[in-house]
Amino acid sequence: MSKDVAIIGVGQSAFVRGYEGSIRELAFEAYSEAMKDAGITSKDIEASVIGSAPEYDKQRSPSGLMAEYLGLNPQPTFNVESVCSSSTTGLWLAYSMIKAGLYDPVVVLGFQKMSEITSADSQERMGRGADIMWESPFGTMMPAYYAMHAQGHFARYGTTEEDLALIRVKATSYGKINEKAVYRKELTVEQCLESAVVASPLKVFDCCANADGSSCMILASADKAKEISSKPVYVLGIGSGTASLTMTGRNTLYGLDCAKVAAKEAYEMAGLTPQDIDVAEVHDCFTIAEMMAYENLGFAEPGKGAELIRNRETYIGGKIPVNVDGGLLSKGHPIGATGGSQVRTIVLQLRGEAGDMQVPGAEIGLVHNIGGVGIYGNVIILGR
Amino acid sequence: MGFEKFGQISFTAQSKVGDDFVDYLEKGELRGTKCTKCGTTFFPPCAECSNCLSEEMEWIKIEGTGNLISFTEVNYGPTGFENDVPYILALVDFDGVKVFGRFSKDVSTEKLAVGASAKAETVTYEDGQVGYQFLPA
Ligand SMILES: [Zn+2]
Repeated sequence: MSKDVAIIGVGQSAFVRGYEGSIRELAFEAYSEAMKDAGITSKDIEASVIGSAPEYDKQRSPSGLMAEYLGLNPQPTFNVESVCSSSTTGLWLAYSMIKAGLYDPVVVLGFQKMSEITSADSQERMGRGADIMWESPFGTMMPAYYAMHAQGHFARYGTTEEDLALIRVKATSYGKINEKAVYRKELTVEQCLESAVVASPLKVFDCCANADGSSCMILASADKAKEISSKPVYVLGIGSGTASLTMTGRNTLYGLDCAKVAAKEAYEMAGLTPQDIDVAEVHDCFTIAEMMAYENLGFAEPGKGAELIRNRETYIGGKIPVNVDGGLLSKGHPIGATGGSQVRTIVLQLRGEAGDMQVPGAEIGLVHNIGGVGIYGNVIILGR
Repeated sequence: MGFEKFGQISFTAQSKVGDDFVDYLEKGELRGTKCTKCGTTFFPPCAECSNCLSEEMEWIKIEGTGNLISFTEVNYGPTGFENDVPYILALVDFDGVKVFGRFSKDVSTEKLAVGASAKAETVTYEDGQVGYQFLPA
């Protein structure tokens, strides 16, 4: 088990619709919370990594702007992008730099102001989330791709629309108690099933809530972490994988290979198994994505994911609580900030600071963060 | 130039395989490529082989009956496709060569199931754009 790098500070802004401020001010909210959490100031930071999905940014090369605004000049700054997994890709870079002995500590900041562009512009960009040569000409968009995975999962395993609704109902029960969540209402199975179909079988309430938001993580070597922090949370294992951008290159449409590759690597590095995980944050951009994550992470055998949610095993008190902060579905999905927010949730859980969302006695936590429709997969295992 | 003729809305005008691909579509043929050195097949067609780095490719026909891997009926389209909905997107496996596309507008989802047979045909749209679409087989 690796315990060379720790997370010593975490923060996130509230996830909201239509943030009334600039991206620099949005970023500052998460940064300030994480720095105060770590008890350090900008001059203590040796490098910064900034993540966002640039198609939503009006500002070109935002890392330069952020380094300046957050008081991180003249230290080096690095811009990373892997769509929805940008901030955990940032964590990867920070981890690698610390492990290589280059910089220590390193701050990772993810942000997205999705309302920075008009909804017409946003719709236009969504059509280009796929291979623009061979798939976008058919009118593709994210819900359609995940819908094809849902259809594939239904056909192979007998999963139903009700099973997916149960996942959304769970998300809303925790989104309701998370003050930083964008979607605070509770939903019933009936409400989910009656919502309009976006791309069959996925309906409006199977889709995550878009939001503006920022997240921040401060990483340090184990030695430095002990010096600075009374409550470091260690990176025990880290894994990353990819799969083809085009659907024609996929082996199956009922799971995400990039997640399986990443999970295997992370479990091996940590010397742990799925049964060792006490609490998990998975990338539920759509309900079917959480269902596939149960199986791809080994929380359930392939095809048995539905049993987990039917038996409420992914609620607090169940075998493996998942997304007990509301997840992307209810907490919200500000693309570049999402992974860092997932990590923050797990760090708070492992410190016993998650309040009403606390999983009692959680010692080992896992983050699963996916970019695009399973193009990029990052899995991180954390422990005290 | 030439590839801008592909699909309802093209986002790419230039590709080494674009002109030939469109020419074949206009002749009623859907084609992918095959590396003449190592035999790897590609759909979408590629001008180069990522397996052996050869640039010697030949065009192969995609024909016959395929197997429907998955599909979805889209009710909300991205920019440019808003008035085109609903339409059915699908992935069909033609004996190991997978093809992504749409079903013909005449087909309803009730007629479709994962694992069912499907075939591809080329199509010319009202505005002169060319493409291909799936039909139940
Ligand atoms: Zn070859």
